[in-house]
Amino acid sequence: MSVLVRIPTPLRNLTQGQAEVKIEGASIGELIERLDAKYAGLKDRLCEESGSIRRFINVYVNEEDIRFLQGTATPLKPGDAVSIVPAIAGG
Amino acid sequence: MAHVKGLKCRECHRPYPAKPLHVCEFCFGPLEVDYDYAALRRVVTRRAIEAGPPSIWRYQALLPVDGEAAVGHACGMTPLLPAKNLAAVLGVRECYLKNDAVCHPTLSFKDRVVAVAVTKALEFGFPVVACASTGNLANSVAAHAAEASLRSVIFVPADLEQSKIVGTLVYRPTLVAVDGNYDEVNRLCSEVADKYGWAFVNINIRPYYAEGSKTFGFEIAEQLGWRAPKHIVVPAAGGSLVTKIWKGLKEFQALDLIPEVRTRMYVAQAAGCGPIVNAIKADSETIRPVKPKTIAKSLAIGNPADGYYAFKAVKESGGGGEHATDEEILEAIQLLAATEGIFTETAGGVTVAAARKLVAQGVIPRDESLVISITGNGLKTQEALAGVLPAGLTIKPTLKAFDEALAAHEAAERGA
Repeated sequence: MSVLVRIPTPLRNLTQGQAEVKIEGASIGELIERLDAKYAGLKDRLCEESGSIRRFINVYVNEEDIRFLQGTATPLKPGDAVSIVPAIAGG
Repeated sequence: MAHVKGLKCRECHRPYPAKPLHVCEFCFGPLEVDYDYAALRRVVTRRAIEAGPPSIWRYQALLPVDGEAAVGHACGMTPLLPAKNLAAVLGVRECYLKNDAVCHPTLSFKDRVVAVAVTKALEFGFPVVACASTGNLANSVAAHAAEASLRSVIFVPADLEQSKIVGTLVYRPTLVAVDGNYDEVNRLCSEVADKYGWAFVNINIRPYYAEGSKTFGFEIAEQLGWRAPKHIVVPAAGGSLVTKIWKGLKEFQALDLIPEVRTRMYVAQAAGCGPIVNAIKADSETIRPVKPKTIAKSLAIGNPADGYYAFKAVKESGGGGEHATDEEILEAIQLLAATEGIFTETAGGVTVAAARKLVAQGVIPRDESLVISITGNGLKTQEALAGVLPAGLTIKPTLKAFDEALAAHEAAERGA
């Protein structure tokens, strides 16, 4: 019973090149801790020292930005898909 | 690229080579072009710029291209117009319009960034250029790709204005209308960019692309007789333009081309999509994304990638920000047309409306120089004015019919 996490290119050197990994976690915060336990160093790359997610990273749960949900407290259920996407310019 | 040292992370300052990269591998901060300013000081002079072509390429030393410009040779050097009639309505002494509604070839400021991006895509040897767009970028990428004989793939939200669709399709790109808002289109494109090896102008070519916006600020300063104005109001979607105008003015100052810059930068956004202005008003550097709901579709980016830097440019310069409601946008489009004979798109309506409010509030003083940025053309967003403008007179081809129609029209006007 796990969650699918899509890993962006700059982090794949930490996941042995895997673009998607499966992991358990009841919330985004817990998911990041478990990712870090399995792929050491991931949390440092995703989070500021304060623990909040870095400014230029967008995290989505099933297509919705977690800033519209409950941030790192956003709950997860089995089968959810989490995407980690660097911010993109536009117009 | 004699004057480009490479790329550098804006956040942690790690250096990167001048390749098609856009995100710092370590902190995810955006990468920015890093110039050798000591070398630039020796070659960039007012005289050298004035001797250059009447286009953005007169500033080529300050743009990240290696060789000659490949496309967009007539791009930029748009009019900076003294706007006396508008100034009278706003109640300011010195007001100018920087009018990119007539930028070559696709009538928006996006031609500046795309001319640089497509030149860069050719230098890197990409066979395909692509973008996610709210419309103006789509027009410009498709046009410049045609000029460069490159294939283009353009992603847009499906609800775009018809003229922006036609103004893209005519160049025969692969146009992909996505059932979603711009932020969703952009997210899809980040995954497409990962998978296909294309030059996405706003993704992997972004550090180079974004530099093109500096020319908007360079031109304002040069056209004012080598000085920066006291106030510049700029519309914001992703927040890059205001950031780069500010950077451009600072570069001109660092190269001794203009006196000390005391310009204040202001961001204009729609009330229905104003995450950067929200942050400015709350004085909070955290940009909270929003779900866009506005007629200003070219500004409908709820999750602005450069919002944080736009916020910083505004605060560093001592400027501010203001919203415009849909009603105010439509009024401002008509005000600009009635006073200055310029038809701008909804984004220009946002900018004029915001400038008007900032003057009325006393934030922009009435006796200081003000530049209002007009970044797009009204012919592209005609739907916005549907039902707003009065109809013309329709008559039989006789003088009698005209006499009667005119009399009735003038009587109605007197009564109104």
